[in-house]
Amino acid sequence: MKKSIALKLDSFGKEIVKVEKPHGYYYESFRIFRKNKVAMISLGILILLILLAIAAPFITSFDPDKQVLSERLLSPGVKGHLFGTDEFGRDIFTRCIYGCRISLSVGIISQLIASVIGYLMGVSAGYFGKKTDDVISFLIQVFSSIPFLLFAMALMYALGSGLMNLYLSLGLLSWANTARLIRGQVLTLKQQEYIQACIVNGGSSARIIFKHLLPNCIPMLIITNTLGIPSAILTEASLSFLGLGVPSPTASWGAMISSAQTYIRTNTYYSLFPGLFIIASVMAFNMLGDGLRDALDPKLHK
Amino acid sequence: METTISERKNTEPILRVEHLKKYYTYGNGFLSHRKTVIKAVDDVSLSLYPGETLAIVGESGCGKSTTAKSIIRITDPTEGTITLHGKDFGKLSGKELKSARQKIKMIFQDPYSALNPRMTVRDIIAEPIDISGSYRTQAEREEKILEACDMVGLNRDYLDRYPHEFSGGQRQRIGIARAIIEKPDVILCDEPVSALDVSIQAKVINLLKELQDKLGVSYIFISHDLSVVRHVADRVMVMYLGHVVEEGSRDDIFNSPKHPYTRILLDSIPSIGKEMPEDEQQLIAGDLPSPENPPSGCCFHTRCPHCSEQCRNTAPALTEVPGQPGHRMACFC
Repeated sequence: MKKSIALKLDSFGKEIVKVEKPHGYYYESFRIFRKNKVAMISLGILILLILLAIAAPFITSFDPDKQVLSERLLSPGVKGHLFGTDEFGRDIFTRCIYGCRISLSVGIISQLIASVIGYLMGVSAGYFGKKTDDVISFLIQVFSSIPFLLFAMALMYALGSGLMNLYLSLGLLSWANTARLIRGQVLTLKQQEYIQACIVNGGSSARIIFKHLLPNCIPMLIITNTLGIPSAILTEASLSFLGLGVPSPTASWGAMISSAQTYIRTNTYYSLFPGLFIIASVMAFNMLGDGLRDALDPKLHK
Repeated sequence: METTISERKNTEPILRVEHLKKYYTYGNGFLSHRKTVIKAVDDVSLSLYPGETLAIVGESGCGKSTTAKSIIRITDPTEGTITLHGKDFGKLSGKELKSARQKIKMIFQDPYSALNPRMTVRDIIAEPIDISGSYRTQAEREEKILEACDMVGLNRDYLDRYPHEFSGGQRQRIGIARAIIEKPDVILCDEPVSALDVSIQAKVINLLKELQDKLGVSYIFISHDLSVVRHVADRVMVMYLGHVVEEGSRDDIFNSPKHPYTRILLDSIPSIGKEMPEDEQQLIAGDLPSPENPPSGCCFHTRCPHCSEQCRNTAPALTEVPGQPGHRMACFC
């Protein structure tokens, strides 16, 4: 349909109304989001971090894992090391931006896993009800009553350290919250008459779950999981700090802070920079999540 | 469309519902073994003939919506048989149910919740044919959509829009287009106009009548608005607390109501310059008894002005009024 404004007759054939190309729900959301300065700045920071992570080899000439024992624990700025070097003579700036790869991918991928599991669990509980609901609700209770970090540690012990296992265990940890919210949402949506209309037309459960319920749950999935990313990043940092995250030579912010604690009095910068990266990414995701929550709220759409 | 009862004896009903019951059972909490049974629909039978409109009237909570939802199997009935086109619709499942569903559709009460806010009007209208797969090419799909769109008087330019851009009346037209796109034989209308402005109600009602003339579809028209029912119905069924208390042709019900409850309902149609009889004013103040604990005997005896000992103990059966074939009621009077 063309995007022009034209004068047309409406359905009753009497009144004359303006016909305009309609804008979808997400277009309208973006229009509101764009006006939120804090959220836009957060988005900018996150895009910058993602670009750093992708383009890391082109930004720095140092190898993140190569040890140069003659250049140990240098201060920032010395011999071309922007943030200084660590106890093995590795460039801290290089390790920080390579660490972006770990932290961002852990945050995003683990939350994608959590979204998929959480949606399927939540929607089954809410839609099928009865025994299914009882079992899934019980599982949600169990998963949310175990201390987060302890559970993560136990899982990492069981699975062994490694990036894949990190995605998986953090995803398995955070689905319960998503599932609880989706279940509630589905219980409300199920009462809507368009679900009944779909049943009347012979639509299958799969059609209802993916065609009708999913599009109405996506805003909620986006918000909960954007807000879940920072906690996944923090848990990854904690696990790496404890030596249970990614295996040793790979750069990770948590692991860097862990090894920096020995030198915190003599070489403060070593722990400061990875800490700043953690704070920046966590705050940016949190503010982005808040901005998205406002933008995706249908009440604020005109 | 004005066929008499005797003429109708020769044609087969398109939809026949016999002894339909819908009971809801609730547990009384974690520690109790007792179950509460709510008889939302208790033994309702009806026949719907081709091209006619059967109205079901009654106050809120009398089970008229539940009857419709059980007939069309949004919720499966507890007991009873539903025969559509000679097939036992109530027992069908899988593919057979899916193809039988093409011939029976529903129009919903709330036009704001009946359309998925994330779908375009085109996809909403096309949903029935998308599910049944009754088109071969995209062009054929589009053709069917446009035909349905024109039939309900919806501007073709609106097809790419989302439901939130429309008013209640236009939304209801979209809902009607979705119901007629497969040219069904039966449409259940669950209070299709009660959520609309009075000025729009008339337009939607006229549209429904127009579609009936064009497509020969039969309606089960559920409403609590008797002035609307008088305008659209060929036959009327009055429900109270899950039971049918009276049924007959429109003229039987409106001109010579027999059951006390029907008379009260008719008296309660607001009109200007009409005084209500003294003795019937007070009984309207009574509340509908809870279906959880229905009264013994005649379900209406707690509010009936002519209640006797017999009414309290035994339930009257639905019997034909002498001299008026097709007019039946459940009262001892």
